[in-house]
Amino acid sequence: MFRLEPRGERSQFWTFCSPVLAVALTIVTMALIFAAMGAPPLAGIETFLISPLLSVSGLSSLAVRAAPLIMIGVGLAFCYRANVWNIGGDGQFTLGALAGGGLALFFPNQAFWWFYPVVLIAGVLGGMFWAGIVAFLKLRFNANEILTSLMLVYIAQLVLVWLVTGPWRDPQGYGFPQSAMFGAGSTTPDIFGTTMHLGCILAPLLAIAIWLIMGRTVLGFQLRVVGQAPRAARYAGFSNAKLTWIALLVSGGLSGLAGIIEVTGPIGQLTTGITPGYGFTAVIVAFLGRLHPIGVIFAGLLLALSYLGGDAAQINLNLPNAITGIFQGVLLFYLLGADILILYRLKRVKRAVQAGIPALEPAE
Amino acid sequence: MSLYEITSFVLSIISASTPLLLAASGELITEKSGVLNLGVEGMMLIGAIAGFATAHATGNAMLGVGAAMLAGALISMIFAVLTLSLLANQIATGLALTIFGHGFAALLGAGFVGIAAPTLQKISFPVLSGIPFFGPVLFDQNILIYLSFVVLFGIWWFLRKTHAGLILRAVGDSHDAAHAMGYPVLAIRYAAIAFGGAMAGIAGAYLSLYYSPLWSQDLAAGRGWIALALVVFSAWRPFWLLAGAYLFGGITYMSLYLQGLGVPIPSPLISALPYAGTVVVLVLISRDRRRTRLNQPACLGKSFHAVA
Repeated sequence: MFRLEPRGERSQFWTFCSPVLAVALTIVTMALIFAAMGAPPLAGIETFLISPLLSVSGLSSLAVRAAPLIMIGVGLAFCYRANVWNIGGDGQFTLGALAGGGLALFFPNQAFWWFYPVVLIAGVLGGMFWAGIVAFLKLRFNANEILTSLMLVYIAQLVLVWLVTGPWRDPQGYGFPQSAMFGAGSTTPDIFGTTMHLGCILAPLLAIAIWLIMGRTVLGFQLRVVGQAPRAARYAGFSNAKLTWIALLVSGGLSGLAGIIEVTGPIGQLTTGITPGYGFTAVIVAFLGRLHPIGVIFAGLLLALSYLGGDAAQINLNLPNAITGIFQGVLLFYLLGADILILYRLKRVKRAVQAGIPALEPAE
Repeated sequence: MSLYEITSFVLSIISASTPLLLAASGELITEKSGVLNLGVEGMMLIGAIAGFATAHATGNAMLGVGAAMLAGALISMIFAVLTLSLLANQIATGLALTIFGHGFAALLGAGFVGIAAPTLQKISFPVLSGIPFFGPVLFDQNILIYLSFVVLFGIWWFLRKTHAGLILRAVGDSHDAAHAMGYPVLAIRYAAIAFGGAMAGIAGAYLSLYYSPLWSQDLAAGRGWIALALVVFSAWRPFWLLAGAYLFGGITYMSLYLQGLGVPIPSPLISALPYAGTVVVLVLISRDRRRTRLNQPACLGKSFHAVA
């Protein structure tokens, strides 16, 4: 029999090692799933996790996939630290794409150098607006942010569908649900002649910026206190309302930025499928990265790999690319399970001792 | 409006409300035990594909419902082990269950896209089903619609009138006190989570075997999340849950009905009505903080670890 015994403090060792353990267990589980689906397990793992990394184009695709995950994930980590459960990253991403994309569509032929930054700012504001609704409803009406932010994901998606099938549909698009392509003045520049774009550079920089804010400023300190010890925060006079606003606006703004970069970069136009659930995957990214901005960078790269791996498994092994979702879910399960080792240790106990009856030693 | 139109209107609302009522009834019991399971959407999808696959393989829709129930309960055990035995954060684990459920259902369902399965048949009471209006509404429905009412009445009776229900509420309101009195807190929560999973599974089967009887991976379309909102709306009281489910069923139906009428509002925006409605209702119901605090199970979302 095993018993969980409180350590009395957080284990630094397991804070860093539980993600490693979780990834290892996930790989074993994936091998079993490949075997169950009739694919050779080792070749499956190789295709899923290694083959995408073996070429320059694969690595640049990885960076392209990781950029939005890191940007949204860093914002969510910031939010969750304050105990604000924003899970509507996908909605804020979409609104960012709509706000910036709308501006780019209305002024298609702008040659001014400052126009693209304005488009990006519009994207940030769009994401902030959508997250701001959540903050307002939470603070003014006490509405649960998990449910409101999630409902806003569905609403944002339907607004997007409406715009690209209605007012913003490309007149030359043969009736496909998509907008016109953005003009040259509002697309992200490529880097080194690869598919990598501005977001691939901005994502790690923003992560470092958030890291500095969280670790080196009074605001970051207040945020962590509100999250970990709300009563202490109230006693110290930290404004819960202000911090909730900041947490949601920052994460909304980052998601919005990810959205506008995604549509002005890799996609190049507005379509109904601008996100394969980045906002939800970013929740896993945030947890796997230990709610720490630098951890989020690594977690974002790993989860980005799961998208590439899903595509590779579909092409090479003829497996459905839903494998990606399984990998992500299983990984989060193992991580949450392994995290118990941070606060507790497993202790072997004998039945008799456990029942509280000391075993009698025979008298000498 | 003719009698025929009124009848079909009421039938459509019942039809749209039932999956919400089934899933929300299960979640109500789970939350009453002090556990917040955000994985309803994922469990629904798992139930939907398990039910669909089983019905397709056996040719029997009722077996499909049974399989969905089992699958929902089984998948909820992942959540139970993580949150109860390994003390994981309930919010994060529930989200993980939804993400996993989406992926797993899509994987299992990849071979079922575009295939038909047997659907749930209506149970017609002879003679009674011929009565105008009341016949089709009360005596000519599928079994899950009857079940949703039986379960709802059952959980009301269980929570209000039985000793076991009192213990469940005690566990949800103060797990330490319940533990001190010798009640097996974790075992009770395991059971409550399994019940929630089974009901979400049945709700999924209702969708895939009756409401829109073809498999698609977006089948649940946020209904699991709306069910979660309904539990908050009801303030954890069964009959308010019924009222809420029918209110939302009504809104869902209205959005379909308005699209059919050809009103000059773009149809994607009309489809957003149930989601916007959820936000509005949450706002209206939550603004009274005292009411929420009084009704919410006091240990909702908190982990329990017996020291002694």
